[in-house]
Order: sequence, then structure tokens, then C-alpha cells
Amino acid sequence: MKVESYFLLFLSVFGGICAALYWFLSKETSGSIMLLATCFLGALPGGYYLWWSRRMTPRAEDDAEALPSSGAGTVGAFPGSSIWPFVIGMGALLVGLSLIFGLWSAVVGVSMGVFAVFGVISESRHGGISRH
Amino acid sequence: MALTIDRPVQAEHHEEEHGPSGLLKWLTSTDHKVIGKSYLITSFVFFLMAGVMAMVIRTQLSGPDNTVVSQHVYNELFTMHGSLMLYLFAGPFAFGGLANFIVPLQVGAPDMAFPRLNALSYWLYLSGGITMIAGFFTVGGAADFGWVAYAPLSDAVNSPGAGPDMWIVALALTGFSAIFTGVNIITTVFYLRAPGMTMFRVPIFTWNMVVTGILILIAFPVLTAAIIMLWADRHLGTHIYTVSGGGVPVLWQNLFWFFGHPEVYILALPYFGCVTEVIPAFSKKPLFGYRGMIFATISIAALSTAVWAHHMFTTGTVLLPFFSLMSYLIAIPTGIKFFNWIGTMWRGSIEFKTPMLFAVGFLVVFLLGGVTGIFLAAPPIDFATHDTYFVIAHFHEVLFGSAVFGGFAGLYYWYPKITGRMMRESLGKASFWLMFIGFWVTFLPQYLLGLRGMPRRIAEYSASTGWGGLNRISTFGAYLLFLSVAVMMINFYVSWRNPIPAPDNPWDAGTLEWGTTSPPPHHNFNSIPPIRSERPVWDFNHPEHTTFGLHSREHASEERRD
Amino acid sequence: MWIFSIGHDGPALANLWAVTPTDHEHVVTRLPRAILHPRKRILRRLAGVPVLLLVAIVLGGCRLPTFGAFRGVTKQGQTEFTLWSWLAMLGLAVAVIVWGLIFWSIIRYRRRDDKIPHQFHENIPIEVIYTVIPILLVGVIFYATVISENRIDAIKAKPAEIINVTAYRWGWRFSYEDSSGISQNVLIQTAAQPKLLAQPATSSEYPQLVLPDNSTVRIVLQSADVIHGFYIPAFNFSRYAQPGVTNEFDFTPTITGVFRGQCAQYCGLYHSEMLFSVRVISKVDFSNWLSANRS
Repeated sequence: MKVESYFLLFLSVFGGICAALYWFLSKETSGSIMLLATCFLGALPGGYYLWWSRRMTPRAEDDAEALPSSGAGTVGAFPGSSIWPFVIGMGALLVGLSLIFGLWSAVVGVSMGVFAVFGVISESRHGGISRH
Repeated sequence: MALTIDRPVQAEHHEEEHGPSGLLKWLTSTDHKVIGKSYLITSFVFFLMAGVMAMVIRTQLSGPDNTVVSQHVYNELFTMHGSLMLYLFAGPFAFGGLANFIVPLQVGAPDMAFPRLNALSYWLYLSGGITMIAGFFTVGGAADFGWVAYAPLSDAVNSPGAGPDMWIVALALTGFSAIFTGVNIITTVFYLRAPGMTMFRVPIFTWNMVVTGILILIAFPVLTAAIIMLWADRHLGTHIYTVSGGGVPVLWQNLFWFFGHPEVYILALPYFGCVTEVIPAFSKKPLFGYRGMIFATISIAALSTAVWAHHMFTTGTVLLPFFSLMSYLIAIPTGIKFFNWIGTMWRGSIEFKTPMLFAVGFLVVFLLGGVTGIFLAAPPIDFATHDTYFVIAHFHEVLFGSAVFGGFAGLYYWYPKITGRMMRESLGKASFWLMFIGFWVTFLPQYLLGLRGMPRRIAEYSASTGWGGLNRISTFGAYLLFLSVAVMMINFYVSWRNPIPAPDNPWDAGTLEWGTTSPPPHHNFNSIPPIRSERPVWDFNHPEHTTFGLHSREHASEERRD
Repeated sequence: MWIFSIGHDGPALANLWAVTPTDHEHVVTRLPRAILHPRKRILRRLAGVPVLLLVAIVLGGCRLPTFGAFRGVTKQGQTEFTLWSWLAMLGLAVAVIVWGLIFWSIIRYRRRDDKIPHQFHENIPIEVIYTVIPILLVGVIFYATVISENRIDAIKAKPAEIINVTAYRWGWRFSYEDSSGISQNVLIQTAAQPKLLAQPATSSEYPQLVLPDNSTVRIVLQSADVIHGFYIPAFNFSRYAQPGVTNEFDFTPTITGVFRGQCAQYCGLYHSEMLFSVRVISKVDFSNWLSANRS
């Protein structure tokens, strides 16, 4: 995970330097804060990856001499067909439209979202296959 | 007998045998290939809509004092043309469409890291897009304040009505869609690569998508915050962007362009990636300067976060030298990329199939767009050309050059992999030449119009300006572009009705997606070759023409010992 | 030109660059000038482009090419033009060179047979060169840019005249003051009403900003509502009029005449109708005009 961490930390350092330079040259607040936030955005995952890369068991994908067999075994959980993303999406649409049409739309949208949360959890517990 | 309510017994849901079909299958799919195709089709429809708007705009401007449309409709048209092209086509086509389909294949993964989140991204995008278009059907019409929605023009006093509000809601929905897709792409590439695929063996398209993903995470939250504050000003009585009440209108510009400049690189980098896949494949050579490309891409992304106020040089409120220097510096990594593309073609064996034609078209067009960007990075020159057709010509060269020329290169290149059919070469070539000629005829006169003083976003101009001739030429070019897209649609139709089945690797290309069937099976790969370079399929097919051993230190030292 | 070759590619390059590797010792010899590789010949010719441009300028009587831009009516505009012209020449020279390389590649290296070409993928010295040269160019351009922009934005302590320009939806208001800021009671304003298309206003309805020749006037730019762009193409200049911000800048016109002006920052429905003109007249005519127009 080293390369990934270096990439993110590079962005972080660059953002930090620009933030400092920009602040001292212009004293303009909004830009300086946004550049500083960029610095933090790189530092958080980048720092974590750097810390973790020293402690993790080496992965097959970081091993330049790995053979396809080194990746044998479960790759991950990939939920199959699921209606819940569509439900959440439509719920989000209704919440968004409530800004135009009124609060009732948000009530319906949020309800759909809450319902979907239960659905997603239930689905994940069954390994990603929906069961009623 | 007690009354009991029996729980209905449902049949067990066996996905493999009786999975959902038809509409329900599409609504419930979490397969990155299905979602990618949905994005490609949806974004292409928005592209066509925005293109029609452009044709009306160009027709209105074809001569002085035209009355093809009223000022109000014209203002809606250029606002929605820009908004659809930038928010609903160029971005989603790249990171929702191409990246979704190709990135898991290029890293050897069975799907994206978060399949349900992926599907959610699509539904947010579709609903956002429909919301934006629906603005046309409101009483006051669609948003008409430009795709940049400057405050105070976009506040409730100057732009009342539901159209602007729907524009804001649409951006919130599509913004979250983009953010979720960015998270998905980054996680997929960081965690789901095949054995042996170190980061420095990942194909450049995927690298570019990772960098794009980070830029999305940097930029889109800022836009979302800015538009929420705009909505608050419009409806909740806040005074964030209005002077009366202590607000600062220029804050909108700072926030918007902090999003807006990385946004244009979010739009460009994926297409740089497409071109970087096409050129090596059709030159029968590896990419020249692979690591240089990666460092250049990361530098471009980093610098792009520090140049936003070059869109604000004429406000009189920004630190000119800082942004000017940062903008000039972006030319350096862009130049590195250009020389690497040329170095890839150099002493290669170049075959001009349609994808390669579009890739070279991108190089030719984007070059001048980049150079004129350098001119605009000089504040004095920006004072003379800001908000004129010079800027319009510049950004169409870079955006059209990357999203359309580069994007179509990627589309023609990966069409066989995605659909299992081949596009017709003759129609592809015809479409390319119509587009290439049409592009220059449309936009070269616009550079001159800008230098001669024609501002942008004007619905009409008088005959005394003398701008009629150049505008007429430009409009003619736009009609050629329309024809070129029509020919491409015919190509799609013919490839569908009269399919030529595509082999696994029609272009003899090198990256992993060409090592599986066209289209790929359910979980993408039945087997994966050993990975020793950024083009494992090439290494497998052409073992006597590999380049690995030069990256691996052990092999290099072995050579030296010979 | 010296080319160092490292790594695998030694044998193949040997034929072109007269490199004779012994074991893994790479020796580079300079090719005799007469037997120049076709690629080098093309590169030499392309490098001649900027030289040609310079020659054209000298032969053209030292007048910089415009590439379609205005030469500038004011001193500030002329400073901008000089930067533009040099930058445009440099940019076009770079573009011609890179286009040349692209067109050379696609013509010379077109597929002729099914042989797989030599699979080289790096050349560190060349990569260093095309990284360093742009950095140097950027340094030069940036230096020229800062000098120009400081000249253009510089304001004089005591201008000959101060003109308050107010932009509003959808017109302009010009109010004249003397150099100490005392109003001279001269007010010019848009008389055109916002109109639908096919009812264009006549030029008499658009306000005319009158300026004296060869003197420095201060423009104090403000907006009454949204952001507008105070744009005079022939002056190579525009600046935003923004609510809450007062922008001040100087014009030093050196050429008399009448010039177009237009709002360049989209401001709503009748943005395309926000026109004005600028008339530059001699200092004497200007004082007469001032006295004649006092209200």
C-alpha cells in the first residue's frame, strides 16, 4: 500500500504548502481554507495507508513476482441484484424535490430511505441475495 | 378456529436460475457492466440533447439581428447546453460509463468494490439529470444564469422561479452520484487488483481514473456546499452572497471555481486515459514514459486545485501572480504527456482504425487548446479576452478535444469489448473526418471573433460589428459536427441490426480487459494471465516482445550480470 | 547532439546513432553533420519556425504581428498587446513544432507490414530535456507577465480626470469628477430601454464615454445590482463591476477615435443590449466638451 499512501501524501503536502503560501501572500480566507482542507483530505487516508502498510500482511497485488494462484480464495463479497439502491435513489430524489415541492416529498423520501436501510442490512446478512 | 394471518410463503430466490428479467433486472442490477452501459447510454442521450441546443444557438448567431429565438430562450439554451454537457455528459460518460465498465476489468477484479453503491450512483445521476431537464417544463423556464450561476445573478431577486431551484437540486443529486463513484473507483483500484498487479503496472486509464476519483472528492463537496448556500440565500433568507446583509458575492466565485477548475480536469483526465490506451495499442508499442505519465497526471491534479482564481482575474480581487504562475506550471506536465504520446507513436507501426483516428484528432485539437490556455493564464491577456469568444474557442478545444475526440476514441476502442460487436470502419472514418473538419470550421473563427471583441452569452449582435461573416462560417462548421454525430448514430444502428461478432482482442491490445471474452462473462474473468508489466495480455500473446524485466530490479541486475 | 542509451535498447539504436556497445559499455559517437538522420533534419526545420517569425518581424518593419487582436488605444492596452504578440508567437511556434512531430509520426511510421516494432518505452535524457525546457520557458513568460500586469494595473496618484462608472441592469452611467474628486456635474446615461430582438436600439440611445487624449483618467467602477463586465475591445481591457467592490484603474489613451464598448459578464435577460461607446478627443476638445455638457 506504499505507493497509494505516497500518492495521497504528495497531494496533502502540496495542498499544505499552497495553503501556507497563498495565505501569507494574499490573506484571502476562503481559498486558504479550501487548500488546507485539501491537505487534510490527502493526509487522512494517506497517513492511514502509510501506517497500515507497515503493519499489514503483504498482499498478492503488491508482489511483483506473484502468480495468479497467489490470489486464490475469496476475493470479496459482491452483492448481486438488489432493489435497494433504486429505492434509496428515488428516496433521495424525493428529498431533493422537497426543496421545490414541499416537505411532504421529503417525508416520503426519508421513509423510503429508512425502509431501504433495513432492506440493505437484511440483504447483507444473507450474503447479498435478497430473500423475503 | 382462531384467525391467524399466515405469512405468505415466497419462492426461494435462486439468482442463477431465476434471476429477475427485463425491467426488474435493470432496476436491481449491481453489475458494473450493466451500470456502466446504462451510464454510457444515458450520458450520450444528454450529449445529443445538449448538441441540439448548440445547433439552435449557432443558428441564432449565424447572422446579425437574428430572431430565431428570444433572449430568454437563448439564455436558457446556453445555460442548459453548458450544464448538460459538463455535468450530465462529459463527467458521467467518463467516470460512470467507461470507468465503471473498464476499471474492474483492467485491474482483474470481479466487480467494483461496492456494487450497490455503484447502482445508487446511477439512480442518483439519472434522477438528477431528469430534474435538470424538467426545468424546461416549469412556468419560468429552465435555469438561465449560465452553467456557472454567478451570485448575485442567481439569487431569488434576479433569477426567481422553480427552474433554477431544479438546477440546484439536480446538481446536489449528481454531485453525490459522482462522489460515490469516486469512492468506488479508488477503493476498487486500491484493494481489488489481481495478483502481481502492483500500482506501477496498473494501466494508465485506471491510474487516471484513480486521480480523477481523488479530484472528485476534493471538488464536488465544495460545489455541493456552495449550492446549498445558494439555495439558503434564495429560500431561507440568508445573506451569504448578497451585499445587503453583509454577504460577499465574490465568495460564490471562489467556491465555484475551486470546484470548477478541478472539475475540468475531472472531465479531461479520463479522456487522456482513453487516448493513452488507444495510442500504444495501434502503434504496436508500449506507452513511452509510463512513470512520467503517472507523475504528470498527479502533478496536473495537484496543480489544478491551486489555480481556480484564473477564472476571476477580471474581478480585481485576486492575487494575480500566484494564480498566473500556477496556471503556467500546468503546461509542464501536460507537455510531458504530449511528448510521451508522440514517443509512443515514434518508430511504431501505426494502424489508422477509427479509435486511432480519434486519438490523433484529440492530439491535434487539444494542443492548440492547451496553448491558448497559456495565453489566458496571463492576466493582461485575460483582461482583453475574458468573457469573449476567445475563451469559448479555448475551452471547446480542450473539452471537445478531450471528451469528444478522446471519448469517442475510447468508445470505438472499447465498443467491441462492451457489446461483443464491431463498429463499421467506413462509417467510423466518415464520422471522424466530418467531426475533425467541422470542429476546426466551427471554432477557429471563434478565436478571431473573441480577439475582435465579440463577448460571450449574447443572444444577438448588430450588423455594424462586422461579425456576421465569421459567425456564418462557424455555424456551418456546427452543422458538420451535427452530421458527424448522425453518421455515428447510423454506425451504432448498423452494428446492432447487422452485428459483426467481436473477438476477444480485435486490436491485439495489451491490457487485462482484452484477456477475457467480448463481452466479459458474469464475474469478468475465467482465468488471468501472470502479470509482469502494464500490458499482461500483450506479454502473454507476444512473449518475444515484452518489456518487463526493465521495471523489476532483480531482472535488471540479472541482465547486467550477463 | 549527444544521446545516451541505457538498458535493453542498445543493439537496435546502435544502427542509428553509431553506438557500438562493447559488453554493456555504451559509447556514443557524434554523427557527422552531413549524414543527419531524417528525424533530426525535420526537427532542425521545425526549429527554424521561430527564427522565421523573428525574421518576418524584422523585415515587417519591427511591427509585431497582431494575429487578429487590437494593437491597443491606451498605453495599458499597448502593453497588453506587446505581451500578447510575443506570447502568441512563442505559443504558435511551440504548436507548430509539436504538430510537426505528430504529423511526422503518423506519416513516417504508418503500418507497412506486420513486423512488431522495437518495443522501447523510455529515454531518460530526452524526458529530462522536455521537462526542463518548458520549466525555463514558464520562468521567462511569468517574468514578462508580472511586468506587464503591474504596468497595466498601476494607478497614478493624481489622474487628469476621474470618471465614476456605474453598471446596472441594463445600462451604464458615467459621472465625471475632477482630479480631486469634486463632481463636474456631467452625467451620461443609457437612454435605450431593454428591448426584444428585432427592435435594436439606435446608437444615440447608448451612452458615450468621452476621454481626453494623452492624459491619464481614473475609472472608478461599481455595480448597482449584479456583476457586469466593463469591456472595451479596442483598449484590450475589461474589468468586473461587482456589488460591494469598487474597482479603480487608469486609462491613458494615445489614439483618437470612437470605439465600441459592451457588457462582457452575463447579467440576465438584456445582457446583449448593454452597449456603450468610447470617444477619445484632444485635451482641448475635451475641456470644451466638459463645459458644454455640465447639467
